Amino acid sequence: MPLIDLANPTRFLTLASRALPWLTIATLAAFAVGIGLIASAPDDYQQGATVKIMFIHVPAAWLAMGCWSVMSIAALGTLVWRHPLADVAGKAAAPLGAAFTAMCLITGMLWGRPMWGTYWVWDGRLTSVLVLFLMYLGVLALWRTVEDPARAGRAAAVLTLVGAINLPIIKFSVDWWATLHQPASVLRLGGPAIHASLLTPLLVMALAFLLLFLTLHLAAMRNEIMRRRIRAMLVREAESAAQ
Amino acid sequence: MNLGPHAFFIVGAYGAAAFIVAVVVGWVALDYRRQTRALAELEARGVTRRSDRPSGAPS
Amino acid sequence: MTALANIFLRDMRLSVRLGGGALIGVLFFLIVVTLMPFAIGPDLALLARIGPAILWLGALLASLLALDRLIAADYEDGSLDLILMARVPLELSLASKALAHWLTTGLPLVIAAPLLGLLLNLDPTATGAVALTLLAGTPALTFIGLIGASLTVALRRGGLLIAVLVLPLAVPVLIFGVAASNAAIVGPVPFGTPFTILCALTLMSAVVGPFAAAAALRHGLE
Repeated sequence: MPLIDLANPTRFLTLASRALPWLTIATLAAFAVGIGLIASAPDDYQQGATVKIMFIHVPAAWLAMGCWSVMSIAALGTLVWRHPLADVAGKAAAPLGAAFTAMCLITGMLWGRPMWGTYWVWDGRLTSVLVLFLMYLGVLALWRTVEDPARAGRAAAVLTLVGAINLPIIKFSVDWWATLHQPASVLRLGGPAIHASLLTPLLVMALAFLLLFLTLHLAAMRNEIMRRRIRAMLVREAESAAQ
Repeated sequence: MNLGPHAFFIVGAYGAAAFIVAVVVGWVALDYRRQTRALAELEARGVTRRSDRPSGAPS
Repeated sequence: MTALANIFLRDMRLSVRLGGGALIGVLFFLIVVTLMPFAIGPDLALLARIGPAILWLGALLASLLALDRLIAADYEDGSLDLILMARVPLELSLASKALAHWLTTGLPLVIAAPLLGLLLNLDPTATGAVALTLLAGTPALTFIGLIGASLTVALRRGGLLIAVLVLPLAVPVLIFGVAASNAAIVGPVPFGTPFTILCALTLMSAVVGPFAAAAALRHGLE
């Protein structure tokens, strides 16, 4: 590994340490404003108070998809440009993506119970998010199984890109399958018809979730860089002990 | 704030989301503490990084 | 061209001589299909209705079985290094390996499917539809599996991981395979719609699979 591989992450570490406190404050502020807006938001005339679940469910769903995009860009960075920070970014984003996908699924189930009368329906959207969750778990499993971080990074990058090609196909096939089996009877949520009194808190919450993701991603990247540094130092120690 | 007949599900959803965020934040924070400690311990033992050496190290 | 043919013939010969990889896959397929009535009851009408789904699931699981040897065997005996260093593009060598693999493990499943269809009380139309969709769809499973096999090639517990990585990617193939079989039996969509999409999926995975697998091997083994 050439020297530049460590030089760049070092600069990144100082930057991250400087940015993290500000990002944390911004995240907390956005959540405070968002929750304040949610508390005063009116109930939906059809769904009543359960519409409040939307304010966490929809941003979580956006981030669940967004995390895979971040991972795909990082994967290109790993495979094409060999950027030393790219697979760190990919590795740090994977557990976050899995967490936001799980959050989307759980809040969706808790929303579905009062609205549809059941926790789970094999609706196109729910099912494709479930498959997305499985793919996140696959990437995590791959990261955990390959010991050498550089090799694990490249394997995970290939899998991430294959996933990025396949996810639209999976989404299309699951939608096709869902409409084949049940004519569109499922309640349509969201869409452009949403009223402004609900849209503002939703967008603020989306911003808060985005800030939360950025904060956690940066912090997790910092951890990962330190972990690799420690690993390299341990290897060095063992090498000099062997000499 | 009146949550209506489905208060359990609304509170449950927010609770679950808060729990997941707490777990992730806790994991990141714990990981940070562990890595800082390990790094400090290694530096105390006098292990240096390759980039600390004046000229390029053999890899 | 001769190099590719040699890889192809070597893989065919190996899997025929080493015995029985194909037969074990078919045996597993038979066992899965046999177990189904124990789980859901011997109701012939019900079995005929969900028969295509059972056959597709069985073939999907059976095609996973041999994947962990697809590349790992070459990795262990060193021939993978030769394939990597050869002047033939790695993508093509992998594609011919996948083709040989499909002929020795996928095609037997397709041939066994009509026989197993008899056990599930499928009528001739349904049997033909399932066999045809399996013929069109199982190559996609092999090519997707090729990616999983290349990603996990150097791992000790690769076999289990392959299943975890590959099965989510196989969701579209399963959906359109079963949908096309059912379309031929009960409708409501015409057989052609899902079947052409299934063929498209196979063609696409035949392109994506070797390229992704080659990338995984090149980046993973350096």
